[in-house]
Amino acid sequence: MRYRNYTMINKEASPLDKGPGSDEDTQYSIKFGLMQTEEIEERIWDYIDGLSSPDEKSVIEQLIADNREWQIKYRELLAAHQLLDASELEAPSMRFTKNVMEEIARHQVAPATGTYINKNIIKAIGAFFLLMIAGFFIYVLGQFHWSGLSGNSSGSGGVITQYGTSLANNMDKLPWGKVFSSTYVNVFIMINTVLGLFLLDMYLHRRKEKAKVNL
Amino acid sequence: MFAQLVERYQRYVFTLVLRFTDNREDAEEISQDIFVKAFRSLADFRGESKFSTWLYTIVRTSCLTFLRKKKLDTVSIDNDKAFIQLENRESGFRADTVEKKSRHAMVNEAILLLSPDDRQVITLFYKGEQSLEDIGKIMGLEPNTVKVKLHRARQRLKERMEKHFSHEVQELHDD
Repeated sequence: MRYRNYTMINKEASPLDKGPGSDEDTQYSIKFGLMQTEEIEERIWDYIDGLSSPDEKSVIEQLIADNREWQIKYRELLAAHQLLDASELEAPSMRFTKNVMEEIARHQVAPATGTYINKNIIKAIGAFFLLMIAGFFIYVLGQFHWSGLSGNSSGSGGVITQYGTSLANNMDKLPWGKVFSSTYVNVFIMINTVLGLFLLDMYLHRRKEKAKVNL
Repeated sequence: MFAQLVERYQRYVFTLVLRFTDNREDAEEISQDIFVKAFRSLADFRGESKFSTWLYTIVRTSCLTFLRKKKLDTVSIDNDKAFIQLENRESGFRADTVEKKSRHAMVNEAILLLSPDDRQVITLFYKGEQSLEDIGKIMGLEPNTVKVKLHRARQRLKERMEKHFSHEVQELHDD
């Protein structure tokens, strides 16, 4: 069914009104033919792989039985499928298992990742970043001259729209250079960075300790 | 117990790796590392997927690391440079080997003419006993994307076989 609909859609969109035998016509036919073949192949592959729905399966079986083009394509793809299916696995050397087991004797099963990753540390790192972002936004919002934005609107929607427009207008005017060269911002970023490094150090130290215990 | 798992999966793992590396020595070394990694990470296997799916995920990451280390060209075979390299290898191969090769050898050669991703999706589907969903888990893709990838990989394989093994392909059609 999908195939028939596809054909109809493409027929409607075909540039046939440009006159028969034109270059565009030929190109269209080639392109359309290729697309048709791809569509057929895709559906036959699904059928061979057992991925078609029962309805689709019976439609394809019918098409293979009635249509010569489908028959040829089906045989071709089935041969390719059988060839791939029958290809043999490669074998490693005879000593492979022995080599692996000898190597494994020097190792031991590591504890599951979940047991040595402390969720509190992950939460702390998340909180750290959220705090940093929140702090930054609070500082930026603190730079606005809010008094210039109020008093002109009757409804709350109007206020929000006005704020939005004013924010967009004022963003360009913000002294970004000053924001990042401000002592307060620098101190804030520095404290957060030190805290972040401290948390990371704690986390790595714990991992190292656990690894020592396991050895 | 683990020795049984090695026995059971060694050929699957080795075939997959070999199709990435195209070199038996490297493939054997990487396969060995994969089993050691699997052993060490056994506690992480929670049984949410098949053991083979979990193991093939290790295969994929190990092979990609190997390719990165070796700085091999991992781009698609459609890349001109890669294609010229393969054309040269293929012409050399054809000149000094017997004309008629076994079907098995032909398929393996043709698969090696594909990009690593195409090789992997075909090998996992046909030789790895993996469903589209399983392959999706291994490759980090949606099953539908895997389906499209598999379709395209087979299409490209067919083109390569027709181009490089036209004689053998013709014989197959005649059979």
